[in-house]
Amino acid sequence: MKQFLKTTLLVAATLWSVAGFAADPTVPLDEAKIDLHDKASLQRGAQLFMNYCLGCHSMEYQRYQRTFNDIGIPEELGTANLQFTGEKVGDLITNAMPTESANAWFGTAAPDLTLVARVRGADWLYTYFRSFYVDESRPFGVNNAVFPNVGMPHVLQELQGVPRKTTEKRMVDGEMQDVYVGIKADGSGMLTEAEYDQAMLDLTNFLVYTGEPMLLEQRRMGWYVFGFLLVFTIFAWLLKREFFRDVK
Amino acid sequence: MKKLIAWFDERIPMTKTWNIHLAQYPAPKNFNFWYLFGVLAMLVLVNQILTGIWLTMNYVPSAEGAFASVEYIMRDVDYGWLLRYMHSTGASAFFVVVYLHMLRGMMYGSYQKPRELLWVFGMLIFLVLMAEAFMGYLLPWGQMSYWGAQVIISLFGAIPIIGDDLTLWIRGDYVISGATLNRFFALHVIALPLVLVILVFLHIIALHEVGSNNPEGIAIKKPKGSVPDSEKPKFEFHERFTKKYDIVDAIPFFPYYVVKDLIGIGIFLFLFCYVIFFAPAMGGLFLEPPNFEPANPLKTPNHIAPVWYFTPFYAILRAVPDKLLGVILMFGSIAALFVLPWLDRGKVRSIRYRCGLHKLNLTVFCISFVALGYLGLKPATEVYTFFARVFTFLYFAFFILLFFYSKNENTKPVPERITK
Amino acid sequence: MSNAPVDKGRRRFLTVATSVVGAAGAVGVAVPFIASWNPSAKAKNAGAPVEVNIGKAEPGQLIRVEWRGQPVWVVRRTPEMLASLEGLADQLRDPNSEQPQQPEYASNLYRSRKEEYFVAVGICTHLGCSPQYLEDSFGEQVEGVSAGFFCPCHGSRFDIAGRVFSGVPAPYNLVVPPHYYVDDNTILVGEDGEQA
Repeated sequence: MKQFLKTTLLVAATLWSVAGFAADPTVPLDEAKIDLHDKASLQRGAQLFMNYCLGCHSMEYQRYQRTFNDIGIPEELGTANLQFTGEKVGDLITNAMPTESANAWFGTAAPDLTLVARVRGADWLYTYFRSFYVDESRPFGVNNAVFPNVGMPHVLQELQGVPRKTTEKRMVDGEMQDVYVGIKADGSGMLTEAEYDQAMLDLTNFLVYTGEPMLLEQRRMGWYVFGFLLVFTIFAWLLKREFFRDVK
Repeated sequence: MKKLIAWFDERIPMTKTWNIHLAQYPAPKNFNFWYLFGVLAMLVLVNQILTGIWLTMNYVPSAEGAFASVEYIMRDVDYGWLLRYMHSTGASAFFVVVYLHMLRGMMYGSYQKPRELLWVFGMLIFLVLMAEAFMGYLLPWGQMSYWGAQVIISLFGAIPIIGDDLTLWIRGDYVISGATLNRFFALHVIALPLVLVILVFLHIIALHEVGSNNPEGIAIKKPKGSVPDSEKPKFEFHERFTKKYDIVDAIPFFPYYVVKDLIGIGIFLFLFCYVIFFAPAMGGLFLEPPNFEPANPLKTPNHIAPVWYFTPFYAILRAVPDKLLGVILMFGSIAALFVLPWLDRGKVRSIRYRCGLHKLNLTVFCISFVALGYLGLKPATEVYTFFARVFTFLYFAFFILLFFYSKNENTKPVPERITK
Repeated sequence: MSNAPVDKGRRRFLTVATSVVGAAGAVGVAVPFIASWNPSAKAKNAGAPVEVNIGKAEPGQLIRVEWRGQPVWVVRRTPEMLASLEGLADQLRDPNSEQPQQPEYASNLYRSRKEEYFVAVGICTHLGCSPQYLEDSFGEQVEGVSAGFFCPCHGSRFDIAGRVFSGVPAPYNLVVPPHYYVDDNTILVGEDGEQA
């Protein structure tokens, strides 16, 4: 019995670790340091979204007005600069792309992005935005390391520059070999690498916000509820102790 | 005030009901932590009914509108997110407290004679609760809702001969569609809650008829006239209880256990509110990430698992290589609990006085249940399936072993009275 | 446990205190349930002020817009229509608009901010039908008055300032919603604007 257990555990441990390794994503995700209190970042993210994403992707569960209010953009300013198709400020953030054209151009309708951060997670998004690379075999000439065979063009190329998978000559086991060192832009973009990373963090931050626009209010309220429960439980405890003096 | 009460008492048994079920209901004085979960289940039931009613005010039960209406509730309705999170967290909380409540019953032999029917009502509640939770999970119409329901409904396809027709009938379409959603909605918001409330009522009536068990498993009802007055508790109990028996070692439920339960409720609400306000998705356990994507009948998520409270049974299902046999075993794992009062032939209730093998058996059972729950969340790799089989075997072994050793069990002497 | 006699005062205090805290909690729990009945962001958006462009309105034309799910009319009245308003007083139920059916600034003979334009909610004050605009056939209803509003449901009649005639079921004049002129060609329905 003991022998059996030992063997089982050993086998289990081995296979477990193998399985765990295999389950890792192809690319390790970079940590997105999200800060929902950073309104400037959220505003920059909103600007990026409205300018680069909204052409194809909608945000159909979220309203302009609430977004402007939550991230600290005055409504008139937001309407003037971030609403392009003359909707009311209280309208949902939709776009005008008909599903049929989307199907014709991309083979599928571009998914709505309101909740994308809740589906994918912030780290995934942050890494995804920075993982496009040139791949001539793909219809749009680009591929993505996090989302293989992605069906969209690299719309941020004008910001990032042309990103390529890069290798370096390095000494491996005593031989010079080409070693993959990640994706590098060619510097033709409007932003430096650091600026681009920051911009993508802003965009991620904004998408995390739209996934759960109530998050800050929710947490604030949580502390008040805790405070109340503490008082209530203390009183209940004193009351119980008082009554149980009867019980012998 | 007194006059008003008297006016009512002449027309409806108000004070009498209050006394029989609360103020003069004899509850054993030694209830411990484990006796909290009945009250908590009741609290969560009320929470589910209230928030559920409020959610239906804005929810749209249609394949086109369901997903958007949930987001509408989350964003556009004042405090809609709170009502929704109270409901979604409540669903998981319900199962947490019900599982612990059931474990309490198993530990202290609360299912044994004369409480068999009480246990069966409880099991029926559990069954209806599972149906309720399953149908409710389809309503947000996310990817996980859709594909989870797809998998579970397909289970019925394993039944020979009628299987395919049956699944078609349940869905009302060739795939899960708006028709399925609408009937699940109707059952989830009206039919099943009604059944649930009736069953809870019967559960409590049955409990108050036979009286509460306690951690010692000793009866607090003694033959009439066998207890000297000096030994009787100083509290007044309703004559309904004292007419036939002498009651010992008991205290009235109200106010004593009411005030005691308030503490438990306070602590429970701390945990409950922590989830609602700080971790409503509970790391993907209570709300799964793919469920924030609208249902798409053409694209299955990479990994489908039911919500955590179904996973122990799901793991049993997957552990069996044959579809029909898997379904039989899965339902068998629940059916075995139903007949527990008759499988256990022991005379001693509480685990405190039962044999060492029983303690070990129950421990292994709990471990198996939790392990199966964990394995049900994981993809079905070879290793996981192997372990799922081991734990499925142990799960059923509990019942089989119990049946045999309980007949002539080597128990410890049980005291006559509750001392403490 | 001690055998000390029960301290009744302490017990009562704790009972009351716990009850009060519990009741406060119940009130707190009730807040989201009650507040969720307020108009949602969607409803508020649908009820947001509506801009009406009157730059292209012909004399005598009625422009219909939707505001808070109701029809709102803007009528560009001709001088003849305006003239018809005088001298009707004894046929009307509330000729001087004494009932609060209009904002302060429309409490005049023409029931409008600018004489030329009449803005009103196109819902009969009787049972909620939407009256018809009879631009020049109103004489069939009231002799000598060529333009007005007639409700087909129960026959209520209103003049071109939405004032109700006596002897019809409708009790009040038509409602004039809050509105103001953003500029000469634009009316915003739903807000009073800064100048009251």
